[in-house]
Amino acid sequence: MADREHPAFPESLRLRASVLAEVRRFFAERGVMEVETPLLRSHTVTDVHLQSFEVRAHDHSPPRLFLQTSPEYAMKRLLAAGSGPIYQIGKAFRAKERSRLHNPEFTILEWYRPGFSLADLMDEVEQLITHLLCRQKIIRYTYGELFRKYLNLDPHSIGLQELQQRCAELIDVSGADLDTTDYLQLLMDQKIEPMLPDRCFVYQYPSAQAALSVVAPDVDGVPVAQRFELYLEGMELANGYFELTDAAEQRARFECDLARRQQLGLPEIPIDEDMLAALEAGLPSCAGAALGFDRLLMVLGESRDIGDVISYPLD
Amino acid sequence: MANYVTNEFKSGLKVLVDGEPCSILENEVVKPGKGQAFNRVKFRNLRNGRVWERTFKSGESVEAADVMEIDMEYLYADGEFWHFMKTDGSFEQVAADASAISDAKDWLKEQDAYQVILWNEAPISVSPPNFVELEVTETDPGLKGDTAQGGTKPATLSSGAVVKVPLFVNIGDVLRVDTRTGEYQNRVSK
Repeated sequence: MADREHPAFPESLRLRASVLAEVRRFFAERGVMEVETPLLRSHTVTDVHLQSFEVRAHDHSPPRLFLQTSPEYAMKRLLAAGSGPIYQIGKAFRAKERSRLHNPEFTILEWYRPGFSLADLMDEVEQLITHLLCRQKIIRYTYGELFRKYLNLDPHSIGLQELQQRCAELIDVSGADLDTTDYLQLLMDQKIEPMLPDRCFVYQYPSAQAALSVVAPDVDGVPVAQRFELYLEGMELANGYFELTDAAEQRARFECDLARRQQLGLPEIPIDEDMLAALEAGLPSCAGAALGFDRLLMVLGESRDIGDVISYPLD
Repeated sequence: MANYVTNEFKSGLKVLVDGEPCSILENEVVKPGKGQAFNRVKFRNLRNGRVWERTFKSGESVEAADVMEIDMEYLYADGEFWHFMKTDGSFEQVAADASAISDAKDWLKEQDAYQVILWNEAPISVSPPNFVELEVTETDPGLKGDTAQGGTKPATLSSGAVVKVPLFVNIGDVLRVDTRTGEYQNRVSK
């Protein structure tokens, strides 16, 4: 019997099905293998600003498990095991994220390319996007270039105090306990993003925002993070890293996250030793990208809210 | 009063910002991939109507404001205050000062209902309905034959407001006026 309350079958789900098929064809043609990795694991990311869902059995018996915020760590283990180029389209979960552009459960497209440079990967992201959208070339800007052009400041060298002052002149911000990355991010979001063209890449981020990417000197010798962000119609659609393969450096970054988590009173997260072991065993030099698949559908379907492209979004 | 955390923000919420009673007009959560989440909030200051935007780090909280919006009946002015009465049968009265009455001052008619915003039980703003009906107390006599040209003339209403009216309007006519634009709509009765 038909459900009285059931709305008309959403066109957005037909779009989703056809784009999924198209993306799978795109990677199959390039010899990139589709993989699946677990959504439930005993470890999760240490990122200060990512909150995982913790899952337990109904009777609260161990083990304590986490829904994955992205398939990154597991996919890196596959790469270290010799998988070659791989991609995954699956669900990822981030607690406390619901907005016009966020649903706590979302679809992520993530892929890794051994032997690719960051520029090679930007080329491939561009090929995928132009293939799906059939439009023109995507412009590339460095992070530093945008800050110098629109705000006349150098994001790689500016001190916290001066940054705080500049930010206060431009944006009404409550409180003053923000760090350099927070201020840069606010300026990026409120003062630079509105100036960006409909589609562009931003790359070479400040080293403090490296996350899991390699930090290397740019043409002027300034150490910058080898990562990019693809903006589509004002949304962060995809990010890419030239992946850090140095296990010691990776451990130091995890420990830095944990120290910051402790300062902020956030729950302690055990470091994912399996992921570090994979780096120690030898992660091939590679570049990897993660793309918000639901947001891609928003662009293709001209939707304003992520809830419009998901069958049953959380309230 | 209670506090509201950023994840409780929604439009219509009344809060204290810099000690001023404000209403949230819009609240947008901004969260870059791995970065700090922020709330971009658009407020209206309920006292002076000023609209502005402030950004909060997610997890911050603001104090709730004891604000009520209620319909009250206008009674009279005593030269310093404008007196209103609750319509809930309590006959409770409040006195609005010149700054609270400013938006409604030109459109007051005894026994009509106005929306009054009370902050800590004191009126801080009075809004007239979108349309009011007021009597003409003063205007030049209309001249025959001029109506075809659609000319206008000033007319003073019982509330003191001066509006542009068609030439056929006379003293004693009751007019319907849009309080948002101050424009004459039509003649209600003679």
